[in-house]
Amino acid sequence: MALLEVKNLKVHFPIKGGVFGRTVGYVKAVDDVSFVIEEGQTVGLVGESGSGKSTTGKAILGLERLTAGTIHFNGENITRYIGKNRSSYRKSVQMIFQDVFSSLNPRKRVRDIIAEPIRNFENLTKGEEEKRIHELLRIVGMTPEAEWKYPFEFSGGQRQRIGVARAIALKPKLIVADEPVSALDLSVQAQVLNYLKDIQQELKLAYLFVSHDLGVVKHMCETLAIMHNARFVEFGSREDIYKDPQHIYTRRLIAAIPNTDPRMREENANNRALLTSAYEQEYSKYYGEGGRVYDLKPVSDSHFVAMP
Amino acid sequence: MSDVLLALRDLRTSFRIQGKYYAAVDGINLDVYENEVLALVGESGSGKSATALTITKLHNENYTRMEGEVLFDDKELLGLTENQLNKVRGRRIGMIFQDPLSALNPLIRIGAQIEESLTFHTDLDASGRKARALELLEAVGMVNPALTYRQLPHQLSGGMRQRVVIAIAIACKPSLLIADEPTTALDVTIQAQILDLLRDLQKETKASIILITHDLGVVAEMADRVAVMYAGQIVELAPAMELFTNPQHPYTRSLLASIPSADKQDDHLHVIQGVVPPLQHLPREGCRFSLRTPWVPENIHELEPTYHEISPGHLVLCTCYKKFTFDGEEAV
Repeated sequence: MALLEVKNLKVHFPIKGGVFGRTVGYVKAVDDVSFVIEEGQTVGLVGESGSGKSTTGKAILGLERLTAGTIHFNGENITRYIGKNRSSYRKSVQMIFQDVFSSLNPRKRVRDIIAEPIRNFENLTKGEEEKRIHELLRIVGMTPEAEWKYPFEFSGGQRQRIGVARAIALKPKLIVADEPVSALDLSVQAQVLNYLKDIQQELKLAYLFVSHDLGVVKHMCETLAIMHNARFVEFGSREDIYKDPQHIYTRRLIAAIPNTDPRMREENANNRALLTSAYEQEYSKYYGEGGRVYDLKPVSDSHFVAMP
Repeated sequence: MSDVLLALRDLRTSFRIQGKYYAAVDGINLDVYENEVLALVGESGSGKSATALTITKLHNENYTRMEGEVLFDDKELLGLTENQLNKVRGRRIGMIFQDPLSALNPLIRIGAQIEESLTFHTDLDASGRKARALELLEAVGMVNPALTYRQLPHQLSGGMRQRVVIAIAIACKPSLLIADEPTTALDVTIQAQILDLLRDLQKETKASIILITHDLGVVAEMADRVAVMYAGQIVELAPAMELFTNPQHPYTRSLLASIPSADKQDDHLHVIQGVVPPLQHLPREGCRFSLRTPWVPENIHELEPTYHEISPGHLVLCTCYKKFTFDGEEAV
């Protein structure tokens, strides 16, 4: 049984206009998206800004209202309870945010930040809570003394680890990580990614890893979904996507990753130019009316591509 | 080798923190040749942006002290007055900043923003300026220059805005472009487009570019030579090909080892212990990177690190590169 099953998810935002603020149209941020996350699996959600990847992540957490679609968690339809406080679903699904400077309350001590979800859901004594906080700090590689400090006393990478500690405080089954490392330096980024992998093994976590950085996603995820214009253009295993990309958009995205081998420079630039012109010429082959991405069609057991 | 366009001599930029000055750029010597792309790489806090802003003296002098020499076309820039500098900035040296939204005035139309520096630096009349502005918009790849000319910054996407910023920077055909993280705020596909554009423009105008970035992928795509900065110093300087195939300094090697890539997807990434120390607590003696490699013995560092030329044009600071190994790795 799948841990999380998302079916035909839609999130549309109304556009208000006119004197009376009537709804004159909709922005389709997520338009009919379905996928499955198994226990302990990492699924990457990749796309450019405005593709709807963050909205998808937020919708799963109930941070955005669903326009349509269902979400099953452990086989149970939880679509109705998704935004309700203190439901057990809220406990099992947590989030790590991108901006480590605004996602931690500057006026709270680290212990209060980490303990907040615990206090919401569990009745622990002071001593038990203390023990749990130390345990969480140990998991993310920080010393117990850190609990008395404030967020400003930490560097970016340490703050992100506090964010991780808070997310795993309730032993969740699934973590939605929205660009968790894109605000961090290369060396710090490596550190946070390593922790995320270690914690995954220790707690048998599943991740929905939202990112625009294809290098990071390649490192972290076994399964990838490429998103464009609010829909999936390609879905498949890491090998499917990187070795055998089918959709022109995926091919363009992969060609755009800077290569760390200076000898490949000319070749890459030519490749990119070729793909850009192919993208313009064959646009109508890959996109339907109004730039709508077609429905996914299987090309192999694990590999799906949006084709007419 | 072509001629030196810009020479930095013992450059030292210090910021005032609680009444005391601390050097963020600490004794940099660097030559930028004509018609080359030089990349400055390092983590945040390594002093790469501080170096760039010192070249055009854009730091606030109320709390910044700039010492040393900036020789641009054999003219010293740091001693110039604000008025004299304004003749160089924009005309001879163009700048591209990281955030294209805050680099543009939100209330002024794109055309007028491009023409501003033309009004200031050239004798063109109004129609000549407009013609040049349209020409520039076309050069940076705008599909409809006449439309963009009339638009306001908020009507353009991030990539388009960055193109406008580039158009402004190259308006007066500068011989040096300083690009401070020009693509960090952009999506990968847009980043690729902007880098391709910069490369084409560079080939066309033969201007030199100082490219500041923390992204080694961007460096590999763009640079002719690379200077790796750590804690206010250049720790390694080499041609790009040499740096990526034969990196020497422990810091460079650590950075390269921490890039997530295809070959090591299931392994752990290399992590550089600790962080760049804050300016006030930066040790000013010995090898500054030694703090973050506590497992290597003290005696492989020099007491007063000097540059070692290991092949022509490849300089490494301190002797520790000879015996450095990663933690847990056997010494060879």
